[in-house]
Amino acid sequence: MVDRARLSGRARQFMQKLRHGDEVAHLITLLAAASIIVVTVMLVYQLFINCALPRHKFGFEFFLGRTWDPVSGDFGALPFIYGTLVSSALALLLAVPLGVGAAIFLSELAPPRISNYLTFVIELLAAVPSVIYGVLGIFVLVPVLRTVVMPFLKHTLGFLPFFKGPIYGVSMLAGGVVLAIMIVPFIISVSREVLLAVPVEQREAALAVGATKWESTWQVVVPFARVGIMASVFLALARALGETMAVTMVIGNDPKINASLFAPAYSIAAVIANEFTEATGDLYLQALIELGLVLFLVTIVINGLARLVIIATTQKGATQG
Amino acid sequence: MKLKTSITSIALGAVLLVLGVCAFVDSPSAAPAPTPDSAMLINGAGATFPYPIYSKWFDEYHKLHPDLQFNYQSIGSGGGIRQIIAGTVDFGATDGPMTDEQLGQAKTKILHFPTVMGAVVPTYNIQGVSQELNFTPEALAGIFLGKITKWNDPAIAGPNKDVTLPDQDIVVVHRSDGSGTTYVWVDYLSKVSEEWKTKVGKNTSVNWPVGLGGKGNEGVSGLVKQTPGAIGYVELIYAAQNNMPYGKVKNSSGIFVKADLASVTAAAAGAAKSMPDDFRVSITNSLGKAVYPIASFTWLLVPEKIEDSAKKKAIVDFLHWMLKDGQGMVEALSYAKLPKEVVAKETKAISQVQ
Amino acid sequence: MSLRTGWRKIVNVVMLSLTGVCALFTVSALFFILGYLVYYGGKSLNWAFFVNLPAPVGEAGGGMANAIVGSGKLLLLASLLGVPIGFLGGVYLAEFGGRTFCFIVRYITDLLNGAPSIVMGIFAYTIIVIPMRHFSAFAGGMALGVMMIPIAVRTTEESLRAVPLVLREGALALGASKWKTVATVVVPAAIRGIVTGIMLTLARVAGETAPLLFTAFSNRFWSQGWNQPIASLPVMIYTYGLSAYDDWHRQAWAAGLVLLALVLAANIGARFVVSRGISFRRV
Repeated sequence: MVDRARLSGRARQFMQKLRHGDEVAHLITLLAAASIIVVTVMLVYQLFINCALPRHKFGFEFFLGRTWDPVSGDFGALPFIYGTLVSSALALLLAVPLGVGAAIFLSELAPPRISNYLTFVIELLAAVPSVIYGVLGIFVLVPVLRTVVMPFLKHTLGFLPFFKGPIYGVSMLAGGVVLAIMIVPFIISVSREVLLAVPVEQREAALAVGATKWESTWQVVVPFARVGIMASVFLALARALGETMAVTMVIGNDPKINASLFAPAYSIAAVIANEFTEATGDLYLQALIELGLVLFLVTIVINGLARLVIIATTQKGATQG
Repeated sequence: MKLKTSITSIALGAVLLVLGVCAFVDSPSAAPAPTPDSAMLINGAGATFPYPIYSKWFDEYHKLHPDLQFNYQSIGSGGGIRQIIAGTVDFGATDGPMTDEQLGQAKTKILHFPTVMGAVVPTYNIQGVSQELNFTPEALAGIFLGKITKWNDPAIAGPNKDVTLPDQDIVVVHRSDGSGTTYVWVDYLSKVSEEWKTKVGKNTSVNWPVGLGGKGNEGVSGLVKQTPGAIGYVELIYAAQNNMPYGKVKNSSGIFVKADLASVTAAAAGAAKSMPDDFRVSITNSLGKAVYPIASFTWLLVPEKIEDSAKKKAIVDFLHWMLKDGQGMVEALSYAKLPKEVVAKETKAISQVQ
Repeated sequence: MSLRTGWRKIVNVVMLSLTGVCALFTVSALFFILGYLVYYGGKSLNWAFFVNLPAPVGEAGGGMANAIVGSGKLLLLASLLGVPIGFLGGVYLAEFGGRTFCFIVRYITDLLNGAPSIVMGIFAYTIIVIPMRHFSAFAGGMALGVMMIPIAVRTTEESLRAVPLVLREGALALGASKWKTVATVVVPAAIRGIVTGIMLTLARVAGETAPLLFTAFSNRFWSQGWNQPIASLPVMIYTYGLSAYDDWHRQAWAAGLVLLALVLAANIGARFVVSRGISFRRV
């Protein structure tokens, strides 16, 4: 036992608290919280050291290389970066108008009970597992795209480089559409909260000077909430970038860069899922891990930006965080 | 409030109960366990090419030996090679034999054991065409190089005078994963097309000039079945089991041959007599009139030295069973039996597994 | 009424109707998914599905009993990692922490939340599968567990913060120490929110496929213990869905229905128990 007489005042206080459990509780919970940081750091560290080979061999050229050739050991990330960015951009292009439009309806027009009910249903969409989106993509979305949508686009807009080329069904377009459906609930959910938090005085002021409901919404309320809406877009983007299963089942899995949306493509997450268990040779496996690291860093940056935006606006008190 | 709290507690209790039951359902200490306590799990992974016959074999073998479970996952030959090199599975499977470089990467020596022979067929989905098409080597190479883009191209239409081919785009489907089936296919293309050999080469995973990627033989057949105008290469049984048409291929004697037991067996006839000791051999484009040119052995990859003696015995016993009783099941699934000479040589080689 | 006013009125009606169309479109997507799975999955649900093991390729009559149990085991493992760290971490953030450190922890938790699930799989592969030299339920469970942590932390913290200050002050006034207050007063008051948060995060990781592809791998038989590869519903749906066998497609639909039903039940249950989410109110 500790000789209490020898202890200084502070240590004695510590011992007393220890017996009462406060410091223990503090310590245990602190360890738990700290372990989250430890796990995240370990995650980045493991990704980093396990891609040493391609980093040394290719350096920054890795991000510019267009060839992914396991036979000759030439690995370039550009087709996957392209596929990931374009499919996500396409998803945003489709989901943002849809999502903001629905959010406006739910916050401005719908009666409260209907709004709550519909929002609840839409938030359930976010809970549907990715692999289910994937199988529905294969059996429903891709045939519809192939037989109806793509021929229509080719017929009407075929002069644009985006709609040229043979129609397979599985394609960048399919990937973008599936992602759009998956991320739209996030945009709706956050945008709706943000729009609801706009003070009613803003709307009343606009209506008082003779604006129509739409003009009041579009020209006053939405700009007021635009920062929060942008944050929701960032979050949706981060989710789209990391999405694996649904994308790999409909995007065609071809590592080529093609302007046409009808052509198959390949995303970072999809190639890792397909080739990880069989990457023969350490360079191949580590090239895939390096792709994973790139993806992770990109999602960190985007998430970080979104969080900063939300924090900044919360502190300003303009929107709900 | 109280109602909601009670509901929460009940729900939580139900979830915990279910999870707890799951945890104990198959633990060794549970009394009415679905498998006997001492059931040993042997993990293997690899080729999708022989998956139908392997899954049948392992199922039958488990009925004979309920204390043994061979868990085989068809993730592609590339995966089989990778996992056996890394030592994360007990045995691998591939239809593209390991290269010397790959063998050098493994910590222990890996032995190849042929199991069956099969054929890789060109399967297609063309509207209005359910007949068998004749494919020349030049046509196949041209299609997969992306140079022949329409079904009514003369290179395809030429040997198929009695079929009206539509003016439809060809959708090439290949493997997105590392595949022995790919290896067999590109091995054949490399032999018949100089351009293919220099431009693309042969490996379990290649840089495809064109096409969509499907995962496994299952994925390629699925994609071809779903996509009008598609052509893909799959193991014979996948096309047959899914009622998909597949074409004849012109062999080195100039005859269009359909893949079946006889033509695949003929393909191996020459190799059987001159089989190398490590069993790594290619039988594509073999000589002979009745030969189907895109045929291959498929191998199990077994480490020479297995530390767990129970596992070693299980694997060795299975290999012997496979060479005797197992061979009787293969023809029902359209795989060809191993030639007698190969069986004899292999039976001796099994003793190498320590 | 001037032409301009008339135009503005038309624009008003058209745009507002469009927003209604957007909302209905999104809602109908969910009903479509549900309806499709109920129809196709419901047709294929039979006793064999729940009780049988997978049959050899091409043969009918197989089931997914091992995958259902496998998913259960993986979730149990995930909870063993995710629940303690998530709960205790949330307690720290709500009750004990200082400003800067809390900010860092929250920020990093959010970053971890946004990490792609495939990256979690790579992580578990490098730190568990490679040293152990085989795939295992343990590796899969750990990958899922790490994914559970961020949501568990956040919901725990929010629920604890929602407990009124009055309760805490009352307990402290009676002489309870800090940890006793938290353990016996605050946590029980917040328990509903905490438990439903955990159920929500369980539902989320139940549907994850990517992290399991090269950690838990898959298994055609019953998986014993925690060290063997193990089948799971999402991975089976993925494998069967991609194939060309009609029988496998039917099983994939059935599995999809089961999985979706469980996930939706957990989500709906959670919302019912804790009327969460910002309900309609204009500030």
